[in-house]
Amino acid sequence: MGKLISGAEIVFKVLEHHKVEHIFGYPGGAVLPIYDELKNHKTIKHILARHEQGAGHAAEGYARSSGKPGVLLVTSGPGATNAVTALTDAYMDSVPLVCISGQVPTHLIGTDAFQECDTTGITRPCTKHNWLVKDVNDLAKIMDLAFEVATTGRPGPVLVDIPKDIQFKKTNFVLKNSNKKKPNGKSKPNGKISSSDLDKVINLMKKSSKPIFYTGGGVINSGPEASKSLRELVSLTGFPITSTLQGLGAYPGDDPLFLGMLGMHGTYEANNSMYSCDLMINIGARFDDRITGKVDEFSPNSKKIHVDIDPSSIGKNIKVDLAIVSDVGSFLQALNKRIKEKHKDFLNSNKQNIAKWWKDIDKWRQKKSLSFKNSKDVIKPQYAVQRLYELSKNKDTFITTEVGQHQMWAAQHYKFNKPNRWMTSGGLGTMGYGLPAAVGVQIAHPDKLVVDIAGEASVLMTMQEMSTAVQYKLPIKIFILNNQYMGMVRQWQELLHEKNYSESYTAALPDFIKLAEAYGCVGIQATKPDELDEKINEMINTKEPVIFDCRVDPAENCYPMIPSGKPHNQMLLGPEDEKEEVTDEGKTLV
Amino acid sequence: MPKSKSAYSEPGKLGKTEHHIIVVWVDNEAGVLARVVGLFSGRGYNIESLAVAEVDKKKHISRITIVTSGTPSVIEQIKLQLKKLIPVHKVADFKRNDPNILFKELALFKVVSSKKNREKAQKVCKKYNSFVLDKSKNSFVIQVTALRREIDKLIETLGPLGLVSTSRTGAVAMTRGAEIFK
Repeated sequence: MGKLISGAEIVFKVLEHHKVEHIFGYPGGAVLPIYDELKNHKTIKHILARHEQGAGHAAEGYARSSGKPGVLLVTSGPGATNAVTALTDAYMDSVPLVCISGQVPTHLIGTDAFQECDTTGITRPCTKHNWLVKDVNDLAKIMDLAFEVATTGRPGPVLVDIPKDIQFKKTNFVLKNSNKKKPNGKSKPNGKISSSDLDKVINLMKKSSKPIFYTGGGVINSGPEASKSLRELVSLTGFPITSTLQGLGAYPGDDPLFLGMLGMHGTYEANNSMYSCDLMINIGARFDDRITGKVDEFSPNSKKIHVDIDPSSIGKNIKVDLAIVSDVGSFLQALNKRIKEKHKDFLNSNKQNIAKWWKDIDKWRQKKSLSFKNSKDVIKPQYAVQRLYELSKNKDTFITTEVGQHQMWAAQHYKFNKPNRWMTSGGLGTMGYGLPAAVGVQIAHPDKLVVDIAGEASVLMTMQEMSTAVQYKLPIKIFILNNQYMGMVRQWQELLHEKNYSESYTAALPDFIKLAEAYGCVGIQATKPDELDEKINEMINTKEPVIFDCRVDPAENCYPMIPSGKPHNQMLLGPEDEKEEVTDEGKTLV
Repeated sequence: MPKSKSAYSEPGKLGKTEHHIIVVWVDNEAGVLARVVGLFSGRGYNIESLAVAEVDKKKHISRITIVTSGTPSVIEQIKLQLKKLIPVHKVADFKRNDPNILFKELALFKVVSSKKNREKAQKVCKKYNSFVLDKSKNSFVIQVTALRREIDKLIETLGPLGLVSTSRTGAVAMTRGAEIFK
């Protein structure tokens, strides 16, 4: 008979067992026993956010930049409901989070007690799984399983709801080290990749004269080794490669074989290649609607291979010819091995086969779809991102973003060379994600440069987390492309709603310099292109958190763009292309 | 008048809708039915009927039988999504017209009417393994087991004969022969 310990202590024992070093949270009545226990566990540091959503996004930033699960601790009722946006965000973008929530004591559940809500009910659709702990003897097992579910298979958020009486109750602590029994065998995709599947892939690759790799966040989630293997595969084949928003960094952004991001605001060459290819090899991406556009006309003449760890992602939006359920890292490793063993000279023997394809691609590249008309008088947002890239690329820089035009400009103009350096809310598109995510990234990487490329509208949604950054001396840089509009909303209104800019202009914005000072950090403003470099350097060299108010052209639109129900081969490249009238029917389709 | 404008693409071509019976074996734990049903409502899948009960007392396994309809790709998604739920052990999928599968549903009818109509009603039910469970001066409660569409039809027929209350279990299914679904 061992020593009896409380539920609250069990929580920490399991966190320690999983080598958790940081938890992000906010205390409250129903979670106080756990907060009380915090002092006894010196290896675990709690980061006090200013809002549970901020704590959640910080945990996401931490997870995505470190590859470790993010841990979130919130109270019952409003604590839990405030965390819902972050949980949903993590669910959409496959980020491993373990959320621990306090709950009213067991005997009060269902009585509409103070700060009670049906947390497991509310979070059921936005978690991989959740648990309401009704018996302290189940707590250790459930907590352990929570980590297992969050981090294996396709990662995602889980929630453990612990009533206050369970936190107080004492029991023996037993954590079976052998949690080998997977929950219904779901965590691991079954077994090895068959060599017949690999040969099918290689065969299709050999037959193809217009191949393309289309890679996504799955490569990042599979770990840094997967990115290495991807680079090897591309060099073994000489095939062009494009990436989704979430996959940026898995392959070097400045490599000549990389066509840039694809999708609604992807490059002309990437989208045209996707449309015209005869073989599409999807590795860890999910045929999201921002990628496919009109499904019926998506890449009409290609054979499609889809490698994904989540069987339900395959065939959901687009039918494929060869489905491989696998961790993408293991798949890439196995494929590379097979190519090197059996098809040593693939690159050279196949060169002629795809030479014409590369010529086509080069023609599309000539369009220079990311170019924009620069100005001497006003800062163009694309120019601001380019300068930020040039001035920070020699450091190992981590970039987060909010959601909107600035996010797309960041994706287009900032070139990532390593995985886990790019944290953005893609699936849910959560404005207000970037600032707290930067907090989490900086916690995981205290000595690195962490920049949130932000819009002024988004960043105001979670601005309170600057206070967190100041408290923990996190020198995050909030680089606001301030155009005074919800820019992407304004752009759609311009193109589709006859320039009726309904409620997309923010008539009263704070003075960001004074706001920075009020929070106790540094404010910098740039209004002219010729002062931009100096100001960006000042920002990078500042040791404190910075709010950078970069005043940019308010009328700039984000191009290129797949418009109005058009397939991938009919992109708008710039304002000149807009004159072509968008049909009423087309307006529903952007 | 401009049509509605949104940021999403128009629906593609739809496949043909099929009726399927999905059988799900789950851990009988709190909230498991909500997970399954929530998956259907959250992703816009149909539920035409639902039957659930624990079938293994020792292992606490419940068997959920769901009659649903959808295009082949939707049915495929339903199965794959169900398999992702942590408490789900296995998922079987049967086409409604699969000859190797038995489908049955149990219904209770309360008929209140004249003696003549009650006799007629009883006769109509006869070929569906009917039992009269309760009788009074001017009413009876009768139990039938039949296919869903047969029960649909019975309800129509019994209407004018004094049917006042209907209770149905939803379809349950089992494979024929010695095989079991693994």
